[in-house]
Amino acid sequence: MVEQAHSGASPLPGSEALIQLRDLHRSYGRGDRAVRALDGLDLTVPSGCLYGLLGPNGAGKTTALRILCTLLAPDRGTVQVAGIDALAEPRAVRRLLGYVAQEVAIDKILTGRELLQLQGDLYHLDRSKRERRIAELEELLGMGDWIDRRCGSYSGGMRRRLDLASGLLHSPRLLVLDEPTVGLDIESRSVIWQVLRQLCSSGTTVLLSSHYLEEVDALADRLAIIDAGKVIAEGSPATLKQALGGDRVTLRVREFSDAAEAARVQTLLQACQGVRQVVVNQAQGFSLNLVVDDQNVVERLRRQLAEAELPVFALAQSRPSLDDVYLQATGRTLMDAELAVAGSRDPKAERKQNMR
Amino acid sequence: MTTASPVLPVRSAEPSALAEISQETLALTRRLFVQLRRRPSTLIAGVLQPLIWLVLFGALFAKAPEGLLPGGGSYGRFLGAGVIVFTAFSGALNAGLPVMFDREFGFLNRLLVAPLRSRSSIVLASVLYITVLSLVQSIAIIGTAALLGYGWPGLAGLGLVLLTLLLLVFAVTALSLGLAFALPGHIELIAVIFVANLPLLFASTALAPLSFMPAWLGWLAALNPLTFAIEPIRAAYGGQLSLSTIVLEAPYGQLSIANCLTVLVLLALGLFLVIRPQLDRKLS
Repeated sequence: MVEQAHSGASPLPGSEALIQLRDLHRSYGRGDRAVRALDGLDLTVPSGCLYGLLGPNGAGKTTALRILCTLLAPDRGTVQVAGIDALAEPRAVRRLLGYVAQEVAIDKILTGRELLQLQGDLYHLDRSKRERRIAELEELLGMGDWIDRRCGSYSGGMRRRLDLASGLLHSPRLLVLDEPTVGLDIESRSVIWQVLRQLCSSGTTVLLSSHYLEEVDALADRLAIIDAGKVIAEGSPATLKQALGGDRVTLRVREFSDAAEAARVQTLLQACQGVRQVVVNQAQGFSLNLVVDDQNVVERLRRQLAEAELPVFALAQSRPSLDDVYLQATGRTLMDAELAVAGSRDPKAERKQNMR
Repeated sequence: MTTASPVLPVRSAEPSALAEISQETLALTRRLFVQLRRRPSTLIAGVLQPLIWLVLFGALFAKAPEGLLPGGGSYGRFLGAGVIVFTAFSGALNAGLPVMFDREFGFLNRLLVAPLRSRSSIVLASVLYITVLSLVQSIAIIGTAALLGYGWPGLAGLGLVLLTLLLLVFAVTALSLGLAFALPGHIELIAVIFVANLPLLFASTALAPLSFMPAWLGWLAALNPLTFAIEPIRAAYGGQLSLSTIVLEAPYGQLSIANCLTVLVLLALGLFLVIRPQLDRKLS
């Protein structure tokens, strides 16, 4: 039998779905001002893997995680964790999972150790188990120097590590993290990445959300890309990138083109041999994103443009990335999606949504 | 492990509910007391304020003619019961504030994601904390009032005083916790506390007897829950501990100590029933 650090029997990694979210719908607000956060989200997370939810801010990642962690009820849909219906038996599910929220809620007056002790009592650990786990996590997360200081004096990285410790205290089978490294210093980020990898290799299933491509690419065994409350692509990072195939070319004929010119160039290049697809990226000043068979196509492109007497302001070539997966599915890059929502979000309303 | 065991169900036998509920409640209560110990200003202010009331108000009417107040005695002696009740009342009215801050800062979410055996533990912890805090404050006031020469209810009397205070504290704590879950933020909660506090004091028999008041105010005071707590305590200070002692000539009839305590019990129960749906909604 596989040795496991956590309680409860679990099958071998990958052999069974630990999380099943089916057809989740959830809106905030009413009437005209209603915002649809989830719009039929389906997600299956196999046991024992490190799973990433990638998507721009506002895509519905946090809402999905809050529903999974029984903090929020969906308008429609089902949630199963380890075969338990989370809507019918929330307490059984709460015991199985540790949740590290995006907004770190700590009590500034307590020390880190006192907070963990409180957490241990809320999970009904007995005293000896609690103290043993605190000692282990203190070591694992490098908290020894400051665990007995009051939380009010902690830096962002310390808080995040303490939060990770409190999510792990009861040795959960499933660890859920919402944007675990957003805004963190490099050292804290690498500590957290390392711990997540270790946990995963010792059998804990880790589900994390992120809007950092690099983070998901580097960490996740599998990922789902979420946009507008739905999963738009799912698989391992390598499979997703391979499925796209070819090389990427980003082309600008002028620094600022207009829609008409972009469309003209699009038609021209689409006819070119070896070009699979041309997408006009409106948000980036009507630049063109091309998928081409191989790098030889680039020379052909240059000739074609020269014959049509079009200038080339910039031309860049790369292997496909997760961003291209996102671009392929949504017609915009992740960063553009971020910028588009940046102005339209209402932090006050969001804080209210999270308030009980 | 020597034998390959089949996949076990995740849930093992549940430990006793009582043990789990007391573990989580005690941990949450301990947190509130650690906060108090490290930030004792609430406690200090809570004892200091009534003492200032006693000294200043007691002095304000020090020259009131003898025999003006029902039952004779000095104004300071009359005032003592009012100040004791008001102290406990103000403390309990603030019970919702820590809960409101936990809601606002998201700490409550941390509690709600944990497998609490009963989410009433969160409310219970606040009730325990405020009860202990109010009793400590009240005993400090009772002691100081005795030193200032405003009387001492005796041990049996002290029992009646504390019982009355407990009932009032339960009722007001329920109200405050209900508000903490119903109102959108701490600004609103503080506003409600601010508006409720002093008018309830003035429209009670804390500072003056019913006979001094115009009829309309007399009616208000005779319906004010604070009055139902003040009068039994005043009687205890006067050495009258029989439950049938008449303590108030209200416009609608005479009230005994037993009547007053019954009203307080009903009030506490009623408020807990009223806020329950609100708590269930926010904590489920």
